Amino acid sequence: MTRLARRLREARASGRAALVCYLTAGDPSLTETADLVAAMADCGADAVELGVPFSDPLADGPTIQRSSQRALASGASLSGILELVHRIRERADVPLVLMTYHNPVLAYGRARFAQEARAAGVDATIQTDLPPEEARDWLSLSHDAGLATVFLVAPTSPPDRIAAAGRASTGFVYCVSRMGVTGASKEIAPEAADLIGRARAVAGCPVCVGFGVSTPEHVRTLAAAADGVVVGSALVAIVEQEPTPQARLAALRRTTSALAAATRA
Amino acid sequence: MHALLQLEREYRAARRDPGFRAELSRWLGTYAGRPTPLYRADRLGEAIGARVYLKREDLCHTGAHKINNALGQALLTTRMQKRRVIAETGAGQHGVATATACALFGLECVVYMGTEDMRRQSLNVDRMRLLGATVVPVSSGTMTLKDATSEAMRDWAASVRDTHYIVGSVVGPHPFPMMVRDFQSVIGLEARRQMLKSEGRLPDCAIACVGGGSNAMGLFGPFVRDPVRLVGVEAAGEGIDTGRHCATLEEGSPGVLHGSLSLLLQDEDGQVLPTHSISAGLDYPGVGPEHAYLKETGRAEYVSVRDEDALEAVALLARTEGIIPALESAHAIAYLAPLCKSLRPHPTVLVGLSGRGDKDMETVSAWLQSRGSR
Repeated sequence: MTRLARRLREARASGRAALVCYLTAGDPSLTETADLVAAMADCGADAVELGVPFSDPLADGPTIQRSSQRALASGASLSGILELVHRIRERADVPLVLMTYHNPVLAYGRARFAQEARAAGVDATIQTDLPPEEARDWLSLSHDAGLATVFLVAPTSPPDRIAAAGRASTGFVYCVSRMGVTGASKEIAPEAADLIGRARAVAGCPVCVGFGVSTPEHVRTLAAAADGVVVGSALVAIVEQEPTPQARLAALRRTTSALAAATRA
Repeated sequence: MHALLQLEREYRAARRDPGFRAELSRWLGTYAGRPTPLYRADRLGEAIGARVYLKREDLCHTGAHKINNALGQALLTTRMQKRRVIAETGAGQHGVATATACALFGLECVVYMGTEDMRRQSLNVDRMRLLGATVVPVSSGTMTLKDATSEAMRDWAASVRDTHYIVGSVVGPHPFPMMVRDFQSVIGLEARRQMLKSEGRLPDCAIACVGGGSNAMGLFGPFVRDPVRLVGVEAAGEGIDTGRHCATLEEGSPGVLHGSLSLLLQDEDGQVLPTHSISAGLDYPGVGPEHAYLKETGRAEYVSVRDEDALEAVALLARTEGIIPALESAHAIAYLAPLCKSLRPHPTVLVGLSGRGDKDMETVSAWLQSRGSR
């Protein structure tokens, strides 16, 4: 069993949902990202999603768009991020999921990326704009490298597409809690629970939920239904708003602890 | 993805439906002013040593070919029983065409437009607002067409249940490149028929400007199986070597942007590069995937023209023919002279004149003044 699957199952076995925390790699710098990831792992994150910044992040709202711009301005690239993963692996065993758009992977070379990501210590990848229909090559490259795959489903996804995402995903199926792009919402849409239920019924792997999940209350709402809950923009906003590395570290520790405490439904 | 599969099904059904085709063709005829004339531009032809025919899409209602696609997709929107339409726009011509079609069919309309483009195409912003559309300024990235497209896609991700996204060019995820090509193929179909009628033969060459590539695809499509040379003209901006251009087909490499794999202007990390063209409608780092295919197979060739030469071409066409073209279309005019050097003596050339130039008067006037003062 992979590190990611093990952590998700362990959380479920102990009667709680796993907490998955997202940060954009390289915002504000790759060095600082390593510290922030280690801190989140230390404060109860069961897995960390590292976002690969892209110039045109179609599936992201303003918070992660700005974060991607800061990361690109700091010089973050896919090769730098793989080095970052190496460094994180020296100090933390937390499962790491790389979330990226397809084009940086295409430019890097898909086979090379799959091999090097695994060697660096990446556990799974999500390519936001690569649907299962277009992913045949990527699935076999991932399989050969030992990388888990994650595909997204949305409230509008009909049963056949949820089933296809379930078949293609080996890490977890990622349920998008509401229609739209990433970013904090006031409350969790009622359609989220329905989607998680539909995904659970067909997926052979764990089911996580994200997009619009920002507070401990949100996490608590979803913890019973899903195997894992992903929080992104709310953490990225801390990185944006806090003025110093120390302040960012402290605020991220506080928030991660509060979110982790809410995973027990 | 589900929405795209659904759209493809709906579109294929509509395309087979004689009722849909008849209705679209009625709107194109009675409302949009089709067929547009094929005009033999003799004074221009004399200036460059060729027989030049202009396919006058600038005479379409709203002033550009964009209305062909906007009417088709708006009709499809009503067929899908959606009440809200979104669109992206660069030069504002697609935005105006979409706002027009929405006014005509009583649909709510929201147009995303980069703030840089709103500045340089302000006349079209006013037109869209007068037509009842909401124009949403987009200030991310380079504040041009690419970013407007991204923002429209983000809207659609949230609104797809009741909203159709009328993509304005042969870009974006399937089925958009196919659908927009089909709706624009009326340009080439008419031109081919008109050409045969007035000349008794096909042209030696067909030429059109390429941003995303909808007018070129519409013109080229019906000639693909004919012995007619096809030439697409991109924007070389301030010059290819300055890096300030958007000559995607000449300088790009394979990449994925806005849901399709095509050529793309990008750096070695796969990040999309900023682009420049004096013409907002060509200022886009990607290009329709079918153009990339036509280039790869060698069926069409792609060249580029600098800002300065496009401006000269506006003046040339204005003074020889009394036609003020859009800056986009002027790129095709500008390449006529170099093109004719590579063709047999006295060739017959068909030019896609995609739009009229009223919207560009501020840019052109500023250039005329600076030229006068030099």
